[in-house]
Order: sequence, then structure tokens, then C-alpha cells
Amino acid sequence: MDTILSIQSLGKTYASGHQALKSVSLDIRRGEIFALLGPNGAGKTTLIGITCGLVNPTAGRVLADGHDVVRDYRKARATIGLVPQELTTDAFETVWATVNLSRGLFGCGRDEAHLERVLKSLSLWEKRDAKIMTLSGGMKRRVLIAKALSHNPRILFLDEPSAGVDVELRRDMWEVVRRLRDDGVTIILTTHYIEEAEEMADRIGIINHGELVLVEDKASLIHKLGKRQLTLHLGAPLEAVPASLADLGLMLGAGGLSLVYGYDNAGGRERIAGLLRAVNEAGLDFRDLETSQSSLEEIFVSLVRTPR
Amino acid sequence: MNWHAVKAIYRFEMARTFRTLGQSIAAPVMTTSLYFVVFGSAIGSRIESVGGVPYGAFIVPGLIMLSVLTESISNGSFGIYMPKWAGTIYELLSAPVSTPEILMGYVGAAATKSVMIGLIILATSTFFVPLQVLHPGWMLCFLLLTSFTFSLFGFMLGIWADSWEKLNIVPMLVVTPLTFLGGSFYSIDMLPPVWRTVTLFNPVVYLISGFRWSFHGTGDVSLATSLAFILGFLALCLALTSLMIRRGWRLRH
Ligand SMILES: Nc1ncnc2c1ncn2[C@@H]1O[C@H](COP(=O)(O)OP(=O)(O)O)[C@@H](O)[C@H]1O
Ligand SMILES: [Mg+2]
Repeated sequence: MDTILSIQSLGKTYASGHQALKSVSLDIRRGEIFALLGPNGAGKTTLIGITCGLVNPTAGRVLADGHDVVRDYRKARATIGLVPQELTTDAFETVWATVNLSRGLFGCGRDEAHLERVLKSLSLWEKRDAKIMTLSGGMKRRVLIAKALSHNPRILFLDEPSAGVDVELRRDMWEVVRRLRDDGVTIILTTHYIEEAEEMADRIGIINHGELVLVEDKASLIHKLGKRQLTLHLGAPLEAVPASLADLGLMLGAGGLSLVYGYDNAGGRERIAGLLRAVNEAGLDFRDLETSQSSLEEIFVSLVRTPR
Repeated sequence: MNWHAVKAIYRFEMARTFRTLGQSIAAPVMTTSLYFVVFGSAIGSRIESVGGVPYGAFIVPGLIMLSVLTESISNGSFGIYMPKWAGTIYELLSAPVSTPEILMGYVGAAATKSVMIGLIILATSTFFVPLQVLHPGWMLCFLLLTSFTFSLFGFMLGIWADSWEKLNIVPMLVVTPLTFLGGSFYSIDMLPPVWRTVTLFNPVVYLISGFRWSFHGTGDVSLATSLAFILGFLALCLALTSLMIRRGWRLRH
């Protein structure tokens, strides 16, 4: 596995005494989209802050493309682009001036062709001479992305990129992120929106109370933890589950009009055929049958709600 | 050295300066003109010359220093306080830049503006008084050193301040009195002996004295003392600022 970002036993205790990160270790693979999912205050922004140089770690270290982000900060930071959570922009500057500043700060010479490409890809080219304060929230967010991309980073952090962005713009942004990934940029995004992680990520990490609860491929996460449910809709209501079916783990649904069987991908599936046979033999008349799978959102909620 | 970053910061800051140049220049030029009218002409005409220099010409170096000090501190502090306040400082903190690069960019730009204002006031003064500059090279040297040193001092102030009030209070409560009492309008020889001694603890005396020497060839203290003082203060500010930035004091959590 080719690791581009290596987070090793990272800890952060703020001056207030609050422990925001408790020995987090995580390896990000080159070229992947990694979604860091967690409730408010989980430590996502702190993790990004340490990696990018905004927050001093109190334990552990981070290597970006092999360079320690504290001791070898020049080489490490040159590989990283950051789109912060807050919409912090130079209100009185033009889009063009601010992206030029960003490019210079990261040690690159002027390259108008590159900046033009970046602004065009974010539909900002027409606005290049506009003062940033005249732009909408969604556009400001894209200006921040343009700034972060101005120096061709190999690693891009997007801290809650969809916050305050309408649905349409969110789709555009996902498109931009996918294109970046196709260009080989490694992307780490944090989000509240489960659908964003579900839609975009190759892998998902769930963080809660400063601890990494879980890191998984998205598909296997859904596969492993996904609760499935089989529902049989009945022609006539039942008072109770018939005695002949009592051992099968069936539950009576609302109004007695359905029978519900819960299982998960790890086990229980093989019993479905027998279950249907038994239902037939019991003489029940079922009109319809459906199965459903819980979304990442339900998985997430069940994980962070579970008392540890 | 990340020269691209130095250039980018300097350009960005200078663009802001030029955007607001009208107001940045108007205020000091007007204040200085008022001083000339009141002290130079109205009152000055009744004051005999100081050390052979007509009073109007005598106060020119002090008046320039008054504006240069105030401007340097406010430019230097605003340049870093503004991004800190607006939150855009995240980018500077996440960029591959070292302390010297940050200082050359921000403090260099702030000092450039002060030097420009100093020269504009100098030009303005020639409308009011006949002026001679005996040592133009030293004059520029003092102007540059003072501008850079006090922009750096302002930069520290900008890092330290966590509100606009604090940002304004230091120049108002400390710098203005020190400058007024630092010999802008009089030679410290004119003071009673006790006050003369007290005044020697005022750092601004050394700045104005050296600067005045470059104009008229006389000062309250020797050229070497003035120079040593500025260089010492510059070294102190550089050391403190470097420490602050490296530690991320009030910048990094
Ligand atoms: N500068 C700070 N000083 C003290 N506590 C902080 C600071 N920044 C963040 N925290 C606390 O650390 C925890 C993690 O915050 P953060 O990393 O912003 O979480 P997230 O981005 O996941 O919402 C929160 O409880 C937050 O209140
Ligand atoms: Mg956050």
C-alpha cells in the first residue's frame, strides 16, 4: 500500500485542558478519497489543523509524503492544500489577487495559465475581477478551493466543503473533487453529510470524542455493518405470529399486516428460503415482499450513539 | 528561501496600501501642515532659533518622525491583525514560509509605506520652511531603519492584540506621548536639568536626535548613540518577533 499521509499516535490537548484528539493513528492511501465522518466537536478540524500547521500537536506526529509536518514543514506543506471549514476570505480583494497570493505563498512562480484553468474548472473565471465580498457563499467556498489548488497540491483537505452550500452546488463540487482524484490528487474530506461520504469516498473513517472508532472501505463498511430487513406484506391481519413460525425470529409489523425479519450481511441470509417455505406451509397469504438495507447514516448514528 | 512568498506577500500588501493611499497620505500631510502653520509660523516666529537653526526648520525632523513612528506601528500591526481577525491567517500558517520570509513580506511592505509618507511630509515641509539636509544618506538610513524597526514593533503588537481597542491603545497611550516628549518640538537642552535626565530614558529622543543631526548637523546625543540605540531596538524586536512566530504565540493553538 502506498501511503501519502501517515498520522501516528496523534494527540492534542488544548490549553483549556480539553483533550480533542486521543492518540489517533491513520494512514491515507495515495490517490484515494477519504471521508472523515463525525459529529460536531469530534476532533476533525483539529486533526486537519495539526496536519496543515494551524495547531501544535501535543503528542505523535504526521508525515506528509514522508516529510514530518513540524520538523520538515516546508516540504510537507508544499504538498498540501487546505480548504478551511469557515468561509474566511479577503473581502476587499479580487478573486484573481487572492489566488495569486496563495500560489506565491506556497512557493510557486506566477502561472496565469494554471490559475485560469483552476478558476474555469470552478466556474469562477468570469468572476476573476470581482471583489470577494460581492460573491455568494457558494462562490466564496469555491474561491477557497481555487486558493487551495493554486499550487497543485498532491493532498487536498476539504473541511466540511458542503456546509452552507445548496444541493446543486454540492453536486458540482463533488464533480470537481472526482476530477481532482482522476488527476491523482489525494482527497481527505470531513463532513456531516453522510450522503456526501457515501457518494464520494473510497474509504470512511468515523471519529468520535477524539478517537477513531473505525476505518473501512466504504463498500465493506456498508456490507459488514448494514442491517437488512425482509418485510412480508400480508393479505389479512394477524393477531400474533403463528406458533409454527415462533422460532424463526419473525416480528409482527404494524397493524398485524406484515411480518418482519431482521438479519445482516454477516449472517441470517441463508435462512430466508426456509423462512419463506415455512410461511407458505403455515397457509399465510402474503401479497408482497421487500428487503431494505440501512444507509451509512444509520450505521453512523448507531456507532456514535453506542455507549463505550 | 521562498522568495515567491516574500514577493507575493509584499505585492499583496502594497496593493492594499495603494488602494487606500489617498486616505493614508491625506491625514499625516494635513496634520503636519497644521503643525507648521501653528508652531512653525504663528508661534515659531516669536521663538528664537534653536542652536542656530530657525524654529520652523528645527521641528521638521521631529514632525516627520512623529508621523513615521505612528504610521509604522499602525501599518505593521494592521497588516497582521487584519488576517488574524478575519481568519484568513490560516493560509499563512499553512504555507511553507519561514519567519524571515513572513517579516520581509509584511514588515517590508509596512515600512515601505512609512518611508513614502515620511518623504511626502518632507516634501510638504519645503512649502513652509526653507530646508537643508546636510547628510541625505544618513537621513535616508535613519528613515529606513526607523520605519522597519517600528513596523516590526507594530507587527508584534498586531500578533499580541486580540481586539481593535488593544490595537489602537498602545500607539495612543504610549507612542504619541513619547514622541511629543522626545524632542519633536524642542531641544532637550531647553529643559531643566532634572527633566533632561528623565528624558534620556525616552527611546524616541535617540531616534529624533539622530534624524535631526542628518538634517542640521546637531543633535541632543551623538550620532553613534542614536545609531546604536536604533540597531539595538531593531535586534530586540527581531529576536522577540522570531520567538513569537516560531512558538505560534497567539497564532497557533
Ligand atoms: N482553540 C481551542 N481551544 C480549546 N478547545 C478547542 C479549540 N478548538 C477546538 N476545541 C475543542 O476541541 C474539540 C474538537 O473540535 P474540532 O476539532 O473543531 O471538532 P470538529 O471539527 O470535529 O467539529 C471540541 O470540543 C472543541 O470545542
Ligand atoms: Mg470542524
